[in-house]
Order: sequence, then C-alpha cells, then structure tokens
Amino acid sequence: MEQMLVNGVVLAVNYALIALGITLIFSIMNILNFAHGQMFMIGGFVVYYLYGIFKLNYFVSLVAVVIVLGVIGWSFETFFFRRMRRMATREENSMLLAVGTALLLENLALSIFGEKQRGVPPVVTGVFRIGTAYLPAGRLLVMVLALVLIVGLLLFVQYTKLGRAMRALAQDREVTHLMGVNVDRVAAYGFALGAALAGLAGGLLVTVFGVNSGVGNVYSIKAFIMIMIGGAGVVPGAILGAIVLGFVEAIGYELLPGSITYLLIFTGLIIFLLLRPQGLLGKPWG
Amino acid sequence: MGLEINQLTRHDGSGSFRVARENDHLSSRQKLRFAAFVLILFVAVPILLGRSPYYITVLTNAAILSFISLGVWVTFSIGRMNLAQGAFALVGGYVVAILTTRYGVSFWLCLPLSGLISAALGALVGWPVLRLKGVYFAMTTLSLTEAIRLLALNGGDITMGATGIVNIPRPGPVGIFGLTIVPEFNGADPLPFYFLACALLVLGLVAVWRLSTSRLGWVFRSLRQNEDLATSIGINVAKYRVIAFGVCCFMGGIGGAFFAAFHQNIYPATYTISDSVNFMLYCFLGGLSYIFGPVVGTFLLVIAFELLHAVQDYQALIYGVLMIVCMLWLPNGMLSLGLRQDGRREGERR
Repeated sequence: MEQMLVNGVVLAVNYALIALGITLIFSIMNILNFAHGQMFMIGGFVVYYLYGIFKLNYFVSLVAVVIVLGVIGWSFETFFFRRMRRMATREENSMLLAVGTALLLENLALSIFGEKQRGVPPVVTGVFRIGTAYLPAGRLLVMVLALVLIVGLLLFVQYTKLGRAMRALAQDREVTHLMGVNVDRVAAYGFALGAALAGLAGGLLVTVFGVNSGVGNVYSIKAFIMIMIGGAGVVPGAILGAIVLGFVEAIGYELLPGSITYLLIFTGLIIFLLLRPQGLLGKPWG
Repeated sequence: MGLEINQLTRHDGSGSFRVARENDHLSSRQKLRFAAFVLILFVAVPILLGRSPYYITVLTNAAILSFISLGVWVTFSIGRMNLAQGAFALVGGYVVAILTTRYGVSFWLCLPLSGLISAALGALVGWPVLRLKGVYFAMTTLSLTEAIRLLALNGGDITMGATGIVNIPRPGPVGIFGLTIVPEFNGADPLPFYFLACALLVLGLVAVWRLSTSRLGWVFRSLRQNEDLATSIGINVAKYRVIAFGVCCFMGGIGGAFFAAFHQNIYPATYTISDSVNFMLYCFLGGLSYIFGPVVGTFLLVIAFELLHAVQDYQALIYGVLMIVCMLWLPNGMLSLGLRQDGRREGERR
C-alpha cells in the first residue's frame, strides 16, 4: 500500500510537468499539441546521448534538453502555426497541422534513433526506506527536480513580465494585442516553454523507465487524459489530472496485470466525460 | 425545413459547401466521370494489370483503405475530427475472425454483421463522446483507438490476446438454387478480392453521395457550421451526430472485416493510432470538401508509396512532411487544385 503511494507521488509529479506543458500551449494558442509525447521522447533521447553516451553531467544534459526542445517548439510556432492562423479556413486545420508535426517528429526520431529501447546509468545510487516502502534515490531525485521545475514554472508565469503576457494572451488575444504586447513573440516563447517542459519530463523519466522512439503516442495520450480529467487550459486542472492519473496508474500496475489498467482508465474516462465533459475544474462549454 | 438549412449553408463564408439545391442530382458530367471511374476499376485495371497479383493487391488495399477513409469523411462532414476509425476497423476484423474461425459462419454473413456490430458499438460509445467538440473529441477518439487495441490484447480466449487470430478462412462461394454467382476465393488469384473491394468502394461512394445530397447531408453540414443554430431550428442534434458517427463506424467495420479475410489474420496491433491518423490524413489530402477526396488521397498515397520502393523506409516520415506542406500551402486538399473559380464543387474528379 505504501509502495503504491510512493510510486504514485513520483509518477504524479512528473506527469504534472507533461500536463502543464500541454496546458500552457493549449491555453495560450488554442492549439492541442499532438506532438507533446514526441517532444517528451526527444527529451529522453537528448539525455540518453549526452548523459548516457557522451558522459556529460546530467544537469548539463537537462539544460541541453531545454535548448533543443525550446528551438523545436519555437520553430513550430514561428514557421507552421503562425502561418496557419493567418489562413485557416476550417477549425480542424490547426489540429491537422499538429498531428502532422507529431508524425514528423516521431518518424524523424525513428530514422535517427532507431527502434531500440534505451536506458541510462543511474544518476544517484542508494535506496530510501519509508515505512514498508522503498524509494530509490534516482526516483527521489527525479521527483524533487520535477517539483522544483513545477514551482519555478508557476512562479514564472505568475510574476515575470513574459509570464504575465502569456496569461493575458490566454485570456484574450485581441486585447493583449491592443495593450502593446508582441503577440507573435509571446506565442513563440510559450510554445518553446511548453515543448521544453515536455522534454524535461522526458529527460527526467528516462532515468527511471528508459526511452524508445515509439513512446511518443503513449505519452501524448497520457497528457490528453490528464487535461480531460482536469479540464483543458486550466493550470490547477492539469496538476489535478496528473495526480489522479499518477495514482491510478501506480495502484493499477500494482494490483492488475499489465495493460488492463489502461483499459480501465479509458473506460472510466469515457464514463467520466459523459457526466462531466468539461473536466473537474474546467469551465462548461458548448 | 430543407429551405432553412439551405439558407444557413449559403451564408457559410468558407465556400466549401456552396452547393445549390438543384445541384443535388448528379450533373451529366459528374455521371460521366463516375462511370469512367467505375469502368477503370472494373474493366481497364483487370485487363491491364490482371496478370500481376502485386499491383492488384496494391489496388485492393487502396480501394478498401479509401472505403474506410470515406467513413472518416462522414464524421468530418459534421465537423468532428475522428481518430477512432482504426478501433472500429479492428472491431470489424475481430467479428469476422471470431465468427468464421470459431462458429463457421459464412464470410458473406459476417461482412454486413461486422459493419452492424461496429456501428452499434460506435453509437453506444459515440452517444456520450459526441457531446465533445473540436480537440476534445479528437483526444477522446484517439484514446478510443488505444482502448480497443488494449481490449483486444486483454480479451483472453475470445481474442487470443497478442497471438491474434490466424487462418481466417477465405470467403466461400455464393449461389442461389445451385447456381454459383460468386466462385470460391482461392489464394493464388487476388482478383476476386479486388472485385469485392471495388464493389464495396463503389457502393460506399454511391451511398455517401446519396447521403450527403439528401436532407440528412444538409443536416450534417448544418451541424458542422453551428450546432446551436441547428438546435434552434428544431434539429435533434444528438440523434444526427450519432447517425453520422454510426455510418462512419459501419464503414470502418466493413473495411476491417474485408482486411481480416484478405490477410487471413488479425492482431491487436493490426490497427493502431497511426492507422487512425492515416485514415484522417487520406481524407484531408484529397480534400475535405469533396466526397471523392478520401479516394483520391488514398489512391495517390498508397500507389505512390508502393511504386517508390526506395523511399519506403521513410514512408511515414514523408507522410508527416507531406501533411505539414499540404496544410500550409494546400489547405483544401489535392482536389482544390482542379476547382474552378466560381467555387462549384466538382464531386467526381479523379
């Protein structure tokens, strides 16, 4: 029981990073980032190569993850989605474009990184014992780092000028423009930040689960489930969704064989959406 | 009733569906084109390529893939981006696999049955899920594809889990009063499968064409433009969107059933998320405003990649690039290239 709770906390904190990233992009630009899981996967591979192969410092690798994914996110917004917003005729267009970017990243990764499952050596060794539960130091490190990043992100969005501009953009695009904010620039930074969060989550979890070029869709779906539980575009919703999914997964993997957990999660999700289509904390719509 | 919807549609700024009421019947040009398409499928291709099982197999794949994508097109016509079609193809495939291998039911009975079971499941799941719009619907249907795959993986003795169901018998002969209409399908010759695939495709096209020019089609388009407005003029929105989704799932199920018999096997991984995405991509590449869009998109992509062996390793990569390029420079699909300035729809371009 205690082991389940410990595992749940570790998962929930890391999932929160993923959910916050996708929420950031969704609320600022009203784009669902289908490539979020692929960005997670690329983050994992950056750490695998820099830390696992080239033996760089783990924290230096994480900084590299932020740079690589930031550039990817920034270019997606600048070269693809900005143009799309100017000429979109159908609502589906931005979604289709997002699916296209996911396909692109996934297959680029498949061509470059191959299909093998990759792992990295542990960053720290040792195991802590909490009651009857064991918490390997590696997982503790990942959890603490993720927590620090979440708090840092929330502070950034709350108190910096750029963060304020992002929140304004999420509330009302036109008015933000009228207030003299360079909307395109803020949107590009927002996309870069969201992508970097996905990459960081990947860079952290690669030390626990490893990575392969096929995990993208799995994590995209996890991100979708979290924002559907919590409510899309709501920051507390993203965190709540991550907590729910993290614990359900940890409990399910402990008690049920393999993939039945996710089958139950999907079934539960559809029933949940029947009762509350806007998620737990989302505003009602349509 | 028809009038209101008609006016509603005419005020659509996008211009995609500026089809006047009098255009509902096929113009003689469109009839001619359609007849040419049918002739090519049923006469020209078998004569020219009949001796090459390889090309016939490729075209069979393209025909059924476009049939399945046509279903996705129907959900696009109510303004929903459906990423669950792979799930329903899987359901259709398993229905055929289980009924034919275990209970010895004839394929010809299983084929419509698999469509009906898929449609029933689609209606059941669709009723709550269709309340969602836009990205929410896309996310949920994407999850559904994964959910059905997991269901098949954990189905125990019913679906045989990861080992899948193999040795699915080929369709048997069909006869009335001792007169054989359809001979038994044998392994050496893919032509019977080809003809069946083309027959399904033509039937599907005619059915979807009839559907989209009937009152139901206008209701679907009104849902795409504005559900609230549609409700306000007395349209039972919930009912019609379930109908559209059911039609889509029906076609997915039939397509999946065909492939199960064609490949004689089915596994949980036969249809994954990337298949669901591909079905949608075919529709989009051909053009979402045209019934022929999915067919053009599928044939172009499938044939192009079968012919270009050299790039096959990078097929999916090229799909991704193509999708982004198309989205940015050709957002209305391939068929929009041939669209004349007055915006009239050319429904039957090849």
